[in-house]
This record gives sequence, structure tokens and C-alpha cells, in this order.
Amino acid sequence: MSSATPSIEVINLNTHYGDRQVLRNVSLSVNPGEIFVIMGGSGSGKTTLLNHLLGLLRPTTGTIRILGKDINTLSALELQDLRTRMGVAFQSGALFSSMSVGDNIALPLREHSDLDETTIGIVTRLKLEVVSLAGFEDLMPAELSGGMIKRAAFARAIVMDPKLLFCDEPSAGLDPVVASSIDDLILRLRDAMGMSIVVVTHDLDSTFKIADRICVLDKGEVLALDSVDAIRNSPNERIQNLLNRRTEEAEVDPDAYLRRLLGEKEKHANQPTQGRTGL
Amino acid sequence: MKIESRERDGAVVVALVGEVDLQHSPTVRKHLMDLMFERRPVVVDMGSVEYIDSSGIASLVEAYQAARKNGTRFVLAAVSQPAMRVLQLARLDKVFALADTVEAGLSA
Repeated sequence: MSSATPSIEVINLNTHYGDRQVLRNVSLSVNPGEIFVIMGGSGSGKTTLLNHLLGLLRPTTGTIRILGKDINTLSALELQDLRTRMGVAFQSGALFSSMSVGDNIALPLREHSDLDETTIGIVTRLKLEVVSLAGFEDLMPAELSGGMIKRAAFARAIVMDPKLLFCDEPSAGLDPVVASSIDDLILRLRDAMGMSIVVVTHDLDSTFKIADRICVLDKGEVLALDSVDAIRNSPNERIQNLLNRRTEEAEVDPDAYLRRLLGEKEKHANQPTQGRTGL
Repeated sequence: MKIESRERDGAVVVALVGEVDLQHSPTVRKHLMDLMFERRPVVVDMGSVEYIDSSGIASLVEAYQAARKNGTRFVLAAVSQPAMRVLQLARLDKVFALADTVEAGLSA
């Protein structure tokens, strides 16, 4: 592994939504040029962790360093500057529906650079070439298929050539062939640009294809953080349940169950018991 | 980043040294487009490019297109591995005139 400064360092991160603790002592690091996959079932804390890494949430306790900067100590201006070195491909695409595909992709360059409009146009079309959407710049987002929206979102996420790229459920809702092409794109971006890429997903095929390391979250805790082979061969029953798509019946606490049904408040800041945990 | 230009064999050899990024690509663009305006044959020595981002690549694309319109030579020579990976990502290695060395670029 690289000895360079990690692209991301998370140390003992704890987060609460109200009284409910959603992340517990999460620690991890992502190396430069690494594809790091965060996986876990629904409600495991993946999205909350991603929002922390994007600087959108403040932790209850713990430290998050992005590209060497402790984001809890940054001013709004410094955080904005840091974000220009990060790209995000949102699960829904999050394209502006009133703007053409080309204008969506060019937007970060127009907002955050002094480049000539000719250069911006070339860079925009270059990114469309990279994501195999050449010639689609004049279409509106509503005219694109689900896979094309994902690709356009990728193009916008990489238009500033970020050092760090986040992908939230990149293959969700896509057919296997299109999903696989998105995986190939992630691998090519890492190899060509050397960017660190964090992928949040529960798609196992995608994870095993692209990951250098996998972080398995379960009920807000890091259940495992290791290489693909180590995770595959893990003896941990919960990891194997996750990998084999087996559901787990949560233990029933009769007192807590009755309190929930009767609408009474929990006395402690415990995470509510989930009925089912699975993929 | 540094730009070093020298006359050689009737062409201008433009050496790009260091990191061609958002901050420096406008300078590269202006330098190359000025040469295109003068209709000069250009060999871009990319052997010392440590990093080039998309805006740097865009500057090369714009200059190359201007050279094609002029009917003058525009060759990327001795392209470093980091720069070649970026060209290949967008399949621009199939578009630009490439030469293994500056000498080969001058005689192309």
C-alpha cells in the first residue's frame, strides 16, 4: 500500500440523529489511487458515512481528514475549496432538469474556474466521450435513460478532474450490462487519472469487480475492513449472510417492542431494533 | 509548470515541464494559439509532463485543430506515461499526431 498521506482518514467517528446513534467508532482510511467500497445492508449507516465524507454532516465526536484537511476545522470557504477537488456521482444523478446535459456538465467549470468558454466546451465534450455519451450534450436530462443519466452524472463528477471521487450506488436500477460498463468506467478513471474512488453500494458483483478494499458496515459499526479475498473468505457469520443474501431475524425484546407499538419513548439512546436486515 | 520554446529545423519545439492543470492550462493555450496564429509548425515535447488535466488536453486539442486548418504540423512528441494515460482515456491517442521522440516529430 502507498505510504503517501491518505486521501481520507476517519478516526473514531460517532454520529447521532437525535437520540439515535447511527455510526459507532467508525475508523478507516482510503489511500491515493485506491478504489474503496463501502457496503452494507439498508440502514447500516452507509449513506450517513458518505454524507460525513462529503462534509455535509458534523460528527458528534471523531475526526475526518479529507485530502489531509480536518474538515471540522475548515471555514465555509476552505470547505468549498476542498470540494472543488472532490467529485460526487449521486445515486439519482442529481442533474438540473432545466439545463441541457452539456450545461450540467460544464457547470462546475463555469462556477469554479476562469477557463475560456472554448476550453470549457472541449472539456465538457471530452468528458462525454469518456462516459460514452458523445453527441448528447444538447439533450435535456428528461430525454435520457437511467443508464445515460448515471453516465452524465459521472461526467459532471469528473469534469474538474477531482483527486477524490465518490459514487453513491452507481449501479442501482441498471441492467447488468450497463452496470458492468459503469464498473469498467470506474476502473478506467482510477487507472488513467490516479484518483481515489469511494463507492457506496450493496451490489456484490460490482464490489468484487472494482474494489481494492471493502468496508462492511453493519448497524453503524465497521464489521470488517479488508481486501476482497479476505472479505469473501471471512468466517464471520454476519458477513457471510450479507454476501449470500441471507436475511437475519433480529432478536425481539418484548418490552421494547411493546413500547414501540404503544408509542412510548425509549429510555436510552439505543438504535431501534430492525425487523429484518438484509440486502 | 514551465513552458520552454526553442527553434529547431524550421519548427518550434514547445517543451511542457511539470503539471499542466487548471491553473496553468490557459498559459499553455495562449502560447500554442499564438504560434498557430503565426502558422508555425509545432512539436510539443511532452516528455517532462508529470500530470495533465482535461483543461490541458483541451488546449492541445484546440491548437491541433487550428494547425489542421492552417495545414501546418502539430505533433505531440515523447509523451510521458501519465499524459498518455489521460490521452488514452478519451481515445485521443488515436486522434493526435504522435511521435516517440522530438527528432521523430520534427521529421514527421
